[in-house]
Amino acid sequence: MPLTLNVNKKPMTVDVEPDTPLLWVLRDVLNYTGTKYGCGIGLCGACTVMIGGKAVRSCTTSVGSVGSQAVTTIEGLSPDGLHPVQVAWEALDVPQCGYCQAGQIMSAAALLYHTPHPTDAEIDAAMSGNLCRCGTYTRIRQAIHAAASATANK
Amino acid sequence: MQLDRRSFLQLSALAGGGLALNLYQSPFAEAQRPSPAGLTPQAFIQIAPNGVVTIMARASESGQGMRNMLPMLIAEELDVDWKDVRVEQAELNEKIYGPQYSGGSSNTPSGWDPMRRVGAAGRQLLISAAAQTWGVPVEECTTQPGRVVESASNKSGLSSSGHVVNVSSSHVLHVPTGRTASYGELAEKAAALPAPDLKSVKLKDPKEYRIIGHSQPNVDAHAIVSGKPLFGIDVQLPGMLYASIEKAPVFAGKVKSANVDAIKALPGVRHVLVIDGGITPAALTPWEPGMEPGIAIVADTWWHAQQARKKLNVEWDLGPAATQSSEGFKKNAEELLKAPPANTVRKYGDVDGALSTAAKVVEATYEYPFIAHVTMEPQGATAHWKDGKLEMWSTSTLPADGVGLVAKTLGIEQSDITTHMVRSGGSFGRRLQNDWLVEAAWIAKKVDAPVKLLWSREDDVVHDPFRPGGTFGMKGGLDAQGKLTVWRQHFGTYGDGKQATSGGGIGRDAFPAGFPPAYALYTSMQPLMLRTGALRAPGDNAYCWVAQSFLDEMAHEAGRDPLEFQLELLSNKKAPWKSDGEDAVGDHEPTGPGVLVPERFKGVLQMAADKSGWANRKKTPGRGMGIAVWFCHLGYVAEVADVSVDAASKVTVHKVWAVTDVGSQIINPGAAENLVQGGIMEGMGHLAQEITLVDGRIVQSNFQNHPLMRMRQVPEIEVIWLKTDYSPTGLGEPTLPPTLPAVTNAIFAATGKRIRTLPLKASGFSWA
Repeated sequence: MPLTLNVNKKPMTVDVEPDTPLLWVLRDVLNYTGTKYGCGIGLCGACTVMIGGKAVRSCTTSVGSVGSQAVTTIEGLSPDGLHPVQVAWEALDVPQCGYCQAGQIMSAAALLYHTPHPTDAEIDAAMSGNLCRCGTYTRIRQAIHAAASATANK
Repeated sequence: MQLDRRSFLQLSALAGGGLALNLYQSPFAEAQRPSPAGLTPQAFIQIAPNGVVTIMARASESGQGMRNMLPMLIAEELDVDWKDVRVEQAELNEKIYGPQYSGGSSNTPSGWDPMRRVGAAGRQLLISAAAQTWGVPVEECTTQPGRVVESASNKSGLSSSGHVVNVSSSHVLHVPTGRTASYGELAEKAAALPAPDLKSVKLKDPKEYRIIGHSQPNVDAHAIVSGKPLFGIDVQLPGMLYASIEKAPVFAGKVKSANVDAIKALPGVRHVLVIDGGITPAALTPWEPGMEPGIAIVADTWWHAQQARKKLNVEWDLGPAATQSSEGFKKNAEELLKAPPANTVRKYGDVDGALSTAAKVVEATYEYPFIAHVTMEPQGATAHWKDGKLEMWSTSTLPADGVGLVAKTLGIEQSDITTHMVRSGGSFGRRLQNDWLVEAAWIAKKVDAPVKLLWSREDDVVHDPFRPGGTFGMKGGLDAQGKLTVWRQHFGTYGDGKQATSGGGIGRDAFPAGFPPAYALYTSMQPLMLRTGALRAPGDNAYCWVAQSFLDEMAHEAGRDPLEFQLELLSNKKAPWKSDGEDAVGDHEPTGPGVLVPERFKGVLQMAADKSGWANRKKTPGRGMGIAVWFCHLGYVAEVADVSVDAASKVTVHKVWAVTDVGSQIINPGAAENLVQGGIMEGMGHLAQEITLVDGRIVQSNFQNHPLMRMRQVPEIEVIWLKTDYSPTGLGEPTLPPTLPAVTNAIFAATGKRIRTLPLKASGFSWA
């Protein structure tokens, strides 16, 4: 049954079973492959997207439950990859393998959207659902603080 | 891949703690491996008329920064500005590019000299081209690096690709006249000149370096942070189908019967293929034992394939591996350690005599579990079989081995296979094994369409080539002055009795071999019908914990400071390797980069103590510091951990100081610091992980029972470089091993409880 979605500010129609996880619709139907599969059960955060400004695990979100809410993937976070979080990530050279980073960035962007100047404890709370097997956490924390001050200085 | 015992010993004599190095190097016969002199600069360097320089990255990339490090070496000697450089991934062709694998922290030592020479040869060709054009002697010419002129529209201040409009490129300068010619102008002529002998080209004085030793951000960073398709899982081909494989819950279990026709009728399903597989379970499971049996479902989307898997009804012939269990392994190990050892790997001095006359004998059993790799990107590959040719998109870190294995399994010629090397979401040793690549290729050959195979996370945990567990029976002796007089260890591992399973051995020269006046390393083995493999710092990731914990324990029993105790041990004259009919190097001390240099080992240890304030550390209940040091994969690393343990035995690591000696040069310092932090985070992760078996079935399945460290558990990490005059070596592996004992020794300092069994929970502790 065709479903209408709002992904990265564009209306999209997809013909999939409504219980299909949003992740696989994004990746394999709509070709937004920036969102990654890591565990399939909401434990690793690699599949994080924003729905209505909140960080959501797309692997455990059925596409039928999304409705007309605005879905933002890493590809839609900014037009040129220059969202303050992305700029900070690049400036601090955060990634190693890079696979988890789209999810990390989406969680960080959602955190800063609601909490523009997070404390370390707030970063811990918001980011502990995102695993990084390479162990880039130190730089992720630094990059979130850097993005917060960059936004404050604007 | 099988190594006979003799070749192992020969290689380890060359490569030292390099059980891992052996693993990685041995797939390539000498004849296949081009000598550095066989590399041509033209293969690695392309210079466009506008001066943009493209450098081929030869090695596979799974996050170690090889796409920066190796091209940086070329760019430095080519004398170009790094901002002018574009990095492209080389296709797999080891005849042209030399070794393209990434493992054993070997890309730095194996690339350091040849890659710089490739760059220097390129520079020399450009100088020759200019000198010929001008009719002047080459001695009167030099080069000057170019500078990117960014377009006005690039307001980001970023130098990532895509923003460059004009390039004032690197050029050759005729010194007497001041005349210049850009690299872009000279490139065509230079490319036609004969390549100089790489051995004879002149290399820069390191003082002149402008790229090496200066942090150059990840060349893929912008693509990564903006979600561009970069990874194996992102490969998309027109008409591509998706595959998922259901395998037996027990290693090598075969399909007896299945509801294949019913599955074929499900929505989106195109093919259901029964894989007979080719594994014969035996006491020793080889490095690449053959295809695992199972049922491949090929569908329009991966989700369709996964949904269809849930409806599968398979009757399995589980085979002999179903009799295995962790409980059984434990019982067998206890019996092995009670019995006389089966193999003497290395022994010198009167070990039993020294133990009987020691003033104090300390005995302990150390035990660590199997663990899985769990790369963030699960295993998978894309393959396309068309008109008798196979095209593969491979994330293998041992890509040439993958081609050989695919050709053998499918019965096709290697020359009919093209391999595109694709970035992977982590390897840590996992992608050295090409089982998933063979599966993708096998399915593609059966199906008239491009196919992307993806393992689920559960597949990835259950069918991992695990880091094997192990048990060590330790005995140490102290004299009346508290000096270590004897070290005896009996390693209960897995294998066929003579050869240990992959990742289940340790090097003959692994510390403290050579330093105690009497020493023995014995092994005994029990069979293991399970795939195992190399996990980051193979061998060392487990044995360092045993050795550095027991040494800490001995120091404590001697009533001495563990730092001082270990420094004293390192000051002993090292025992030579005695020929006992097995030793390939004879009656002399082996030399070379693979042999532990006591001064380097002491150097990092002393500096870690100094930086962490070890001598003045506070001793308060519930908080303590631990120290550990290791040498592996040619690198020396000492770490101190500051840890607290609460009343509920929850452990918090507050800070880790890491001192690393990987020689004279840190090539890309920003990335290097990142790797050290990552090694420490992974080492902490290992402390809480385990894979267990019941009736041959793996109990764990995903991150809830095979956890990784999370943000809230991350300590402050201080990365310190100790530069020495040795040639630069790699960083991927050596920073990991000391983390485990540094933390568990700190837990002992905080609580008085010695952790001799991992994971932490088996000793009553857990992460806060």
